[in-house]
Amino acid sequence: MIFEYAPAPESRSVVQLRETYDLFVDGEFTPARSGEYLTSLNPADEEELARVAVAGEADVDRAVAAARRAQETVWGRMSGAERGKYLFRIARIIQERSRELAVLESMDNGKPIKETRDVDIPLVAAYFFYYAGWADKLAHAGFGPNPKPLGVAAQIIPWNFPLLMLAWKIAPALATGNTVVLKPAETTPLTALVFAEICQEADLPPGVVNILTGAGETGRALVEHPGTDKVAFTGSTDVGRQIARAVAGTDKRLTLELGGKGANIVYDDAALDQAVEGVVSGIFFNQGHVCCAGSRLLVQESIAEEFLPRLKARIAKLRLGDPLDKNTDIGAINSAAQLERIRELTDTADEEGVERWSPDCDLPESGYWFAPTLLTGVSQAHRVAREEIFGPVLSVLTFRTPEEAVAKANNTPYGLSAGVWTEKGSRMLWTAERLRAGVIWSNTFNKFDPTSPFGGYKESGYGREGGRHGLEAYLG
Amino acid sequence: MVWRPTLAERRENKKKDKGAAKAPARLAVKKTYKLYLGGAFPRSESGRSYPVTSADGTHLANASLASRKDARDSVATARKAFGGWSGRTAYNRGQILYRIAEVMEGRHGQFADQLVTAQGIGRAEADRIVSAAVDRWVYYAGWTDKFAQVIGGSNPVAGPYYNHSAPEPTGVVVVFAPQDAPLLGLTSVLAPVIATGNTAVVVASEAAPLPAIELAEVLATSDVPGGVVNVLTGKVGELGPHLAAHADVNALDLAGTGDQAVEFEKAAATTLTRVLRPGPETDGGEEAWLDTDPGTSRMTPFLETKTVWHPVGV
Repeated sequence: MIFEYAPAPESRSVVQLRETYDLFVDGEFTPARSGEYLTSLNPADEEELARVAVAGEADVDRAVAAARRAQETVWGRMSGAERGKYLFRIARIIQERSRELAVLESMDNGKPIKETRDVDIPLVAAYFFYYAGWADKLAHAGFGPNPKPLGVAAQIIPWNFPLLMLAWKIAPALATGNTVVLKPAETTPLTALVFAEICQEADLPPGVVNILTGAGETGRALVEHPGTDKVAFTGSTDVGRQIARAVAGTDKRLTLELGGKGANIVYDDAALDQAVEGVVSGIFFNQGHVCCAGSRLLVQESIAEEFLPRLKARIAKLRLGDPLDKNTDIGAINSAAQLERIRELTDTADEEGVERWSPDCDLPESGYWFAPTLLTGVSQAHRVAREEIFGPVLSVLTFRTPEEAVAKANNTPYGLSAGVWTEKGSRMLWTAERLRAGVIWSNTFNKFDPTSPFGGYKESGYGREGGRHGLEAYLG
Repeated sequence: MVWRPTLAERRENKKKDKGAAKAPARLAVKKTYKLYLGGAFPRSESGRSYPVTSADGTHLANASLASRKDARDSVATARKAFGGWSGRTAYNRGQILYRIAEVMEGRHGQFADQLVTAQGIGRAEADRIVSAAVDRWVYYAGWTDKFAQVIGGSNPVAGPYYNHSAPEPTGVVVVFAPQDAPLLGLTSVLAPVIATGNTAVVVASEAAPLPAIELAEVLATSDVPGGVVNVLTGKVGELGPHLAAHADVNALDLAGTGDQAVEFEKAAATTLTRVLRPGPETDGGEEAWLDTDPGTSRMTPFLETKTVWHPVGV
């Protein structure tokens, strides 16, 4: 007898959406000067969720001014202990409102509720809790006896982990005495706006956190505004390059967390079942919308024949569908534009003669969906081995020796993450030492913790977020 | 032998104070102050108690007079709790320490009242001391997941080895709380011990033990697992020699031991129990503990450093 899964949807009633959301500037919600709005959709069914103000240059001006005022008159002067207590409050409110935030994040982003509920939102609270504790201990962080904040930080975050990326940006900035103007992604602005409400609920002084919604033009205006001291960006490498050019010649500090093409190296002595699980979650976690995804599988040739059928069998068990269903493994692609990019790039694989496989998988009729996909017979020259797809697509390559594995893994302009699967500790460390990537996971993948620094080598950006190291980006 | 006024003497004193005897409209319910052991509040197994008076000599309560056996029991309880507490994630310990601050803040007024009577200080000063004590818990809540990064790290040994050092809690720590700083002083010595994953046996201030028991009530309702903190009220002179020489105690904080500090340090030497000697705060009252950033100075004495070597090579 075969049991079927019954639908197990998480209730949406915990979320109270407003019809429109304005900008959060100087502690208040205020309309954009332009009066312009954009619509945020639920990518799982293309339903309109809310209308969100589009900030222009005038709005950036007043947000930066509010942030400057707050930094100079309140936040920068406050004792670290008191700043920390505000952040602890915020962490607690996030914990209290965690289910609401998880459901809203799944609705706005399309990622499965089991991820927002068990990964994104708990980590958001944890990052605030962690950096709250640093606020009165900066003298012990190894950056000199009396480190100072930079001032006002302009922060731009992507749509793949909307609230988590907000936490990575805002928590360390505030702990170190900076104030911020943050722009969430145009397709996922809603949890950032609930976060603005949380700032109000925590009695955070006005102007310490300002949230400007909008698209690329808003981001450009924020990056180019002369009134900030720091730019922090997470997103694509192309936009990262533009930002690096824009801040060149200014006094602004810059940290960039950009794209990746992570290699997951599976040696012949690896625990195969464990490796299969890790490779699957390494690429299909969050639909592959993960900059540090293990999007290239490098499997040792001697076990490839055994490994790939196991991998396919596991992929065939993944459940794709309603993001709010608690059994869902793979949710919706975040936007029509992203779906188009994934299709375009994956189609090049067909043209280049790569073998493509997906399990039998019914895709919902409305919304944006892409079946989990395995590409075999991939060589290093193929576009799908070189370019970031940012979707549920895994390119499989093989290697014969550890030296070859390292050479192939490093043969990319990116350097964000890598995985090493082996039962031999010395081999793991040997490999990790040679990989040019900022985060190496061994016998695990996609692990995140507020105490652990994260960031890339090469064209995956510069600077680190998280841990003691993450403070440096906000201290002068 | 403890001197106590007889019932007749107490009645006589009351009459002198208040003139003619008069019953209040409602009689307040007074608290029995007991020990805090393994998450429960038992009396001393000895059945003994001793009178606690306010700064001006008024009788406040009868505190339990802990015995050597209570001390032994508390070490056993703390040992039993050590595995679980040290095995919690640093994040979880931080959450619990922060919870202590939350619950303590809710009893701010009660702690301040108690300091006013116990120490004979003004209300404003008492409020300041209580606020500092609450903030001290927040301070150490933040340290739980940071001290390892600040004092540990990777070691660049000259060879193909991965070499990494990390701090670990030493085990059961006996904390002799400051005698003249029953709340902020106590908090300042206790919080770093449990923040780092140790478990504690506290010998409270002998003359002013009541804030320690009030604090124990906060701990008991803040998700601190039973046995992580155990509070003994009684005499340092009676309990101290026994605890200092106890073979299952890993470290001593001698803050409140006065002129017995050297004797206890010598007793500790037999099993090489770690000791933290009394510092400059001694005899300075609560005021001496107001430094908001004591850093790692009260944590490292109760930490061991563990270094792991592993070869690197195909």
